[in-house]
Amino acid sequence: MARLQIREALRRAMQEEMRRDPSVFLMGEEVAHYNGAYKVSQGLLDEFGPTRVVDTPISEAGFAGLGVGAAMVGMRPIIEFMTFNFSLVAFDQVINSASKIYQMSGGQYRVPIVFRGPNGAAENLGSQHSTTVDSLYAHFPGLKVVTYSDAPDAYGLLKAAIRDDNPVIFLESELTYGMKAEVPDEEYVIELGKARIRRPGDDLTIVSWGKQVFNVEKAADQLAAEGISAEVLDLRSLRPLDHETLFASVSRTGRCLVVQEGHVFASVAAEVAARVQEACFDWLDAPVLRVHSRDVNQPYAAPLEQAVMPSPERIVAAARRLLGLSEPTDNELSR
Amino acid sequence: MSPSTQSPPPSPDRAGTGPAADLILDIEDPLPPCTTDELLDLYRGMLRIRRIEELAAKAYTRRLILGFCHLYIGQESVAVGAAAATADDYWIASYREHGHALAKGVTPRKVMAELFGRATGASHGQGGSMHIFDRSVDFMGGYGIVGGHVPLANGIAWAARARGEDRVCVCFFGDGAANQGAFFEALCLAALYKLPVVFICENNWYAMGTPLDRQSALTDMSLRARGVGMVREQLEGWDVEHVRQRVAAARQHAVTGRGPVLLEIITYRYRGHSMSDPAKYRPKEEVEQHKERHDPIDLAARRLRTRHGVTQEALDAVRAEVEEEAADAWRFAEESPFPDPATLYDYVYAPTGTPVGEED
Ligand SMILES: Cc1ncc(C[n+]2csc(CCOP(=O)(O)OP(=O)(O)O)c2C)c(N)n1
Ligand SMILES: [Mg+2]
Repeated sequence: MARLQIREALRRAMQEEMRRDPSVFLMGEEVAHYNGAYKVSQGLLDEFGPTRVVDTPISEAGFAGLGVGAAMVGMRPIIEFMTFNFSLVAFDQVINSASKIYQMSGGQYRVPIVFRGPNGAAENLGSQHSTTVDSLYAHFPGLKVVTYSDAPDAYGLLKAAIRDDNPVIFLESELTYGMKAEVPDEEYVIELGKARIRRPGDDLTIVSWGKQVFNVEKAADQLAAEGISAEVLDLRSLRPLDHETLFASVSRTGRCLVVQEGHVFASVAAEVAARVQEACFDWLDAPVLRVHSRDVNQPYAAPLEQAVMPSPERIVAAARRLLGLSEPTDNELSR
Repeated sequence: MSPSTQSPPPSPDRAGTGPAADLILDIEDPLPPCTTDELLDLYRGMLRIRRIEELAAKAYTRRLILGFCHLYIGQESVAVGAAAATADDYWIASYREHGHALAKGVTPRKVMAELFGRATGASHGQGGSMHIFDRSVDFMGGYGIVGGHVPLANGIAWAARARGEDRVCVCFFGDGAANQGAFFEALCLAALYKLPVVFICENNWYAMGTPLDRQSALTDMSLRARGVGMVREQLEGWDVEHVRQRVAAARQHAVTGRGPVLLEIITYRYRGHSMSDPAKYRPKEEVEQHKERHDPIDLAARRLRTRHGVTQEALDAVRAEVEEEAADAWRFAEESPFPDPATLYDYVYAPTGTPVGEED
């Protein structure tokens, strides 16, 4: 066991996959000589050379499309977006090319590609650098959308994403790259589409993913101090969604709170809530509630940004409300 | 015109033919040389940007400014020279736009307060360092997606022309941005529609940590114009007077219906890409050498002393003025309130039918 930063766990995953499979290569802005804008790819240029760790110009549509083409003829590209905000420049390549080619070619061409990079707000970066894209990509059949909370998951999930024969959107966070956790020394791969119960509990299920899991865990600690036992479920994969684990947990606790960063309208949180009420209606003791970013584009000023983001306090308040312990104080329903 | 010299009408079988001409901006310097006062103003403008940004760097390390902060220090002559030629035109820029905002007339107070995220900032604290907007001086924003704002310039110019304004849109972006699809598409459209746009590629040789020769097979970025039939010019940017003249020439070309111009202005940034970049990808000597040879502020000061007989005392007085202005901007920003969280939803939708600025 070694305590690894998340960036180190991601790097180890890429490094091992590049060693075992010569068709894997990494491409993106500043990934090679600069060792990655967030140092995820540190040292990879030295080990694998410039044909497998490739710096690109600021041409996201160009290199995302290049990756798709290479994947169609048998390579396994890892395309790094410096942040997923910039993936929007390449949206057409990801959606109209990557997600659709397998089906529209009648199964003749597979697109085994990983698009990875940091996603979501990273503190005071303003409107155009704080977009959360989970729900956007999860909308499309043909894409898999994967994210992790901690280092061991980051490692095992990225390895699975690279080995998968489909395009995988792999969502990271600038804010957690430095977080450390024990990662087993032996190699392992985490099957995509399997959620993880991070903490068992009986009174309610809190569903989350990505860095919001840590806000949920803080909230769960506070709730525990009040005698409320929350089960914390980390989805890990937004598409495919692990219905089995989700429904089993909610049916047992009878209450469900979904915590998501990003706008709630037509989102993953909306989808989870809809599916839970369809499948678990008879077991539910209360309507599904959601905590999410406020329905505005990200403002720069710190007090405004803090008001926008989900927080342990907001999660605790929603959990209490779900348990009938408090009246709604803050209108989570509309905004 | 006799039939023999008349070019045949366009037709499909003429595809692949046509002028391969390299269209170089052919207008001589249109303005009289700067008077002493004019050059002093340019000097003051550049110094203002530098001092305000030096203070911004300090404020950043004290966490009064958060997020990304990209300094313009070293490149001041581009924005200030351009402003002297296009004071009443529309401007649009990238995230490295504090200098452009100041040059275009956004007040130091409004700029600094925006960097501090205060309600009194140019964008009311909503935008931050990368998104300074000031409608009152037609400063139409800083944008964070590299290359994303370049197509907007075409629309601004389109509207200006459609409404009979004798104005152009000046669009600033970096060498890195000239690799974006949005940039290429914008160039195609601007040339096709002969739009009154002056595209200014500020080539500071780096896009983040990548030098231009690892970003583009061609390092003469002005040549990007050639493939779309646009007029171009490449120039060195450290002489603020020269920038003023060449931007004025480009403006004259664009505003008289002859179409857009791509100016590539060679310049250099002294600081890292942003406050969090230690810039280890280039040798210290490269920076020092550039400062020594080509600092635009030193160059202007030297010229003021030698050619215009301005005394060192007079230059020092300008410096003192600027110093006070910058300190005042900091004080103003720090004393200004943050936006009230109750105003969070104020800017999600515009109230259709109400004039801008009279929303409530
Ligand atoms: C579409 C997009 N991709 C990547 C980035 C990250 N990024 C911000 S600035 C920058 C470099 C831009 O260089 P250049 O255009 O030369 O402008 P300069 O910073 O030198 O002024 C990069 C890669 C971004 N903001 N937007
Ligand atoms: Mg540059």
